[in-house]
Amino acid sequence: MKYETQKVALPFFMVAMALFALQIVFGLLAAAVYVWPNFMAEAMPFNIMRVSHTNLLIVWLLLGFMGSTYYLMPEEAEREIHSPTIAYIQLAIFAFAGAAALVGYQFGIHEGREFLEQPFWVKVLITISFLMFLFNTSMTLAKGRRTAINMVLMLGLWLAAVFWLFAFYNPSNLAVDKLYWWWVVHLWVEGVWELIMASLLGYLLIKMTGVDREVIEKWLYVIVGLALFSGLLGTGHHYYWIGAPSYWQPIGSIFSTLEVLPFFAMVVFAFTMFWKGSRNHPNKAAMLWALGCPTMAFFGAGVWGFMHTLHWVNYYSHGTQVTAAHGHLAFYGAYVMLLLGIISFAMPQLRRVQPYNQVINMWGFWIMTGAMAFMTFTLTFAGVVQTHLQRVLGMNFMEVQDQLVLFYGMRLGAGIAVAIGACLLLYAFFGPVREQVPAGGTQLTAGPGRA
Amino acid sequence: MADGLTKSAARNIFYGGSLFFFLLFAALTAHSHWYMVNKSTDKEGLTESVVQGKHIWEKNMCINCHSIMGEGAYFAPELGNVWERYGGHQNPEAARAGLAAWIRAQPLGAQGRRQMPAYDFSDEEMNALIDFLEWTDSIDDQDWPPTPAG
Repeated sequence: MKYETQKVALPFFMVAMALFALQIVFGLLAAAVYVWPNFMAEAMPFNIMRVSHTNLLIVWLLLGFMGSTYYLMPEEAEREIHSPTIAYIQLAIFAFAGAAALVGYQFGIHEGREFLEQPFWVKVLITISFLMFLFNTSMTLAKGRRTAINMVLMLGLWLAAVFWLFAFYNPSNLAVDKLYWWWVVHLWVEGVWELIMASLLGYLLIKMTGVDREVIEKWLYVIVGLALFSGLLGTGHHYYWIGAPSYWQPIGSIFSTLEVLPFFAMVVFAFTMFWKGSRNHPNKAAMLWALGCPTMAFFGAGVWGFMHTLHWVNYYSHGTQVTAAHGHLAFYGAYVMLLLGIISFAMPQLRRVQPYNQVINMWGFWIMTGAMAFMTFTLTFAGVVQTHLQRVLGMNFMEVQDQLVLFYGMRLGAGIAVAIGACLLLYAFFGPVREQVPAGGTQLTAGPGRA
Repeated sequence: MADGLTKSAARNIFYGGSLFFFLLFAALTAHSHWYMVNKSTDKEGLTESVVQGKHIWEKNMCINCHSIMGEGAYFAPELGNVWERYGGHQNPEAARAGLAAWIRAQPLGAQGRRQMPAYDFSDEEMNALIDFLEWTDSIDDQDWPPTPAG
């Protein structure tokens, strides 16, 4: 850690990880209801569990993006953060807003559009906090060195803030409501968040492989170009069945097929840089996450997205467990793994120690990633059966759900395994420091002639 | 990676191309907005009561169990076409009575069946909610879903 103010990132990561743990708890509760339908039916209806699960994810990912930005910006801009005080205040506001929303949900205080359920005043606090964050980091950048990494990152964050404003627009026409709802939801996760993802990944690769910045930054522009060229019109795959014109069917099918490309490019990018690299970075765990993230994102967002994105397929699969399968692996691969990688990379430096607890961290990686893959498979099987019974044969929804209990049971099991992996990982991050370097280690040593 | 491509060329392609695709997307969205308001949804039918029904739908966060036009939680049945499923196209009065009775009967308390909570709607609220579901069913949505099961 070259710059003192990089330590601002630590409390962001701590709050983010606490919310991550809670997200998994609510996920387990919801998964249990799928298996035992009367589970907690009086105490906490399913919709409260689900809104808590999804909102915690969004809030902790945003906190993770903020912490990551504070961590890398001094190194990239070559100057200290503009104001650590602003950073701590905006963290407090954001954490308060998130906590207030979560507690409010348990008492039925919420709005009612999916993922945007936060009460109005919580949305306002989130906006204020995010603008303070953008001001703080942009001021740091404005006076410092500009690199492709920090420029693309800040562009992604600013655009995320701009599109967030559509959360305040709720037309009374449901079709129009949905049209612009996707301007937040899709343009975030399949648009500007990919800018954030690619730049953070680029940062990790520069630091850990030692490949020339010029090469990595050129790749970065190509990847984010592919992301937006495909992802903007790719929004069309959400406009098939909501009362929009039929031209979205060819446009959405073609461009959302192309959405696979940036994810594939990220896999090639990460592995190519890894093999080209000459630096033998001691943080093997962070390197593992940096390679695992684009790989799982490619499968979760790319392959599983493509699986049901063509309109004549989506006509049957839309809004089934296939969507749930895709959603889980896409978020895990693209954004959860990315942030866990950044945290794995940053924590030793924030705690001013050598890379530590790496074997536990890697156990966490494999258990969580394996379990998320298994969860995705079970939900995919559930979704295919559901699609056939309900959408082809026309069987009643509840009867179909009764046929899927086996898959839901396996999903709950996968969820428990995710929780175990997450516990190991949190212990590796925050527990007592024991230096562990994987025995041998050459299998994760970068560079030709080293493997 | 092609050696002919320089970093600044890649950057310019990114900014220029993204702007182009954004403007195209924004233009198509504007047209879709116009199309939805004037063509695919029932403009005259979008009454105060339908708007109130949408508000009730949101206030009770129905979306985090049910789906509507395929979007939502997939935990409980699709409601974008529930009006059709209750026979509203043939017998609107019976469909209205049936939907209201079903909602009022919750929770069923049946073991082994997913529970819908009780909602204490006034008659006016119940009518508004059903008006909203009826209006939603009338949206021209490229014949989705494929079967009345939703």
